[in-house]
Amino acid sequence: MTVHNFYMFDRYGQLLFYAEWNRLRQSGITREEEAKLMYGMLFSIKSFVSRISPLDSAPGSREGFHCYRTSKYALHYMETPTGLKLVLNTDNVAVNVHELLKQIYSQVYVEYVVKNPLCSLSEPIKSDLFEAQLDAVVKQSHVFTSKPT
Amino acid sequence: MVIYSVYIVSKSGGLIFNYDHNIPKIETEKTYSFPLEHKLVYQNKQVVVVFGQRNVGHVLLAVNGAPVNGRTIEDDKNPRDVFEVLENPENYPISLKFGRPKMSTNEKIFLASMFYPLFAIASQLSPQPRTSGIQSLEADTFRLYCFQTLTGVKFILIVEPSQTGADLLLHRIYELYADYALKNPFYSLEMPIRCDLFESNLQSLLEQSEKAGISSV
Repeated sequence: MTVHNFYMFDRYGQLLFYAEWNRLRQSGITREEEAKLMYGMLFSIKSFVSRISPLDSAPGSREGFHCYRTSKYALHYMETPTGLKLVLNTDNVAVNVHELLKQIYSQVYVEYVVKNPLCSLSEPIKSDLFEAQLDAVVKQSHVFTSKPT
Repeated sequence: MVIYSVYIVSKSGGLIFNYDHNIPKIETEKTYSFPLEHKLVYQNKQVVVVFGQRNVGHVLLAVNGAPVNGRTIEDDKNPRDVFEVLENPENYPISLKFGRPKMSTNEKIFLASMFYPLFAIASQLSPQPRTSGIQSLEADTFRLYCFQTLTGVKFILIVEPSQTGADLLLHRIYELYADYALKNPFYSLEMPIRCDLFESNLQSLLEQSEKAGISSV
């Protein structure tokens, strides 16, 4: 099991933070373009999911969409009520990634960005402390136990 | 298990077949007295609830048992306008039925062609080399499975969220497609599938897997 990369978007679609661990393939476009493509895809998936859903989702939930899997990787998605979007790509056998995303939000983002008076919430995150803590949380999690063979 | 619907998308991205198997009906009927607590608006050829959705939601389906089509009440004797009836205090108490609207064929075609780019972008953004497109997608209320054949035809299955392992069922649907659509001399590729045999076999396959589980197919 492994973690490939992580994106964080604010509610306007701006890329706040990007990190990668075992990324085996680059998309061949700049990071900025890649982030736009990723945000655009998530936006379309959310709209697709809410239209094709045969039932109503729970009132007040902003999520709807949780994850998708391909033959090689899985994309996990979490959105907070404030519109902050967390995206984590892992291999396609990882389980309980949603717990990890919640942990990243509550133990890393809230602690080291929201509570940090020097970080503006609407700008890309430049805090080294945040980066180090995120790295530690991801590397400690059970999802990141072994490297790909 | 519950299977909601099946879609087949051709290699150029058009919807060629769709089948709603078991779409749950969400309807509520209530009797109201004069000042109606909901605000209704006519949009997209439907009478939609825009205020007070909390209890009923969705669109107006029937008034006093007579179905609503567009903005008129389809009463045999005198078709009337919904809003004129609702504004007149003399018509109360009145019984209104609200429900979740069914997807129209146009919407289904739209959604099927919307899935096509998502499938392609998912493989473009992959952090691993040589990946396929989306194979399964999990959401709050359903799970979507997609199987793409070597020739580019996509089979999409929408089932309830607790269901896993629908890949087997998709392969069976592919077999049915090969047997009853492709081998039908009157069927031309990329065109909508209108084959009775295909449809009836698909229906019995879905019923069988709902009763006995996917492993039995």
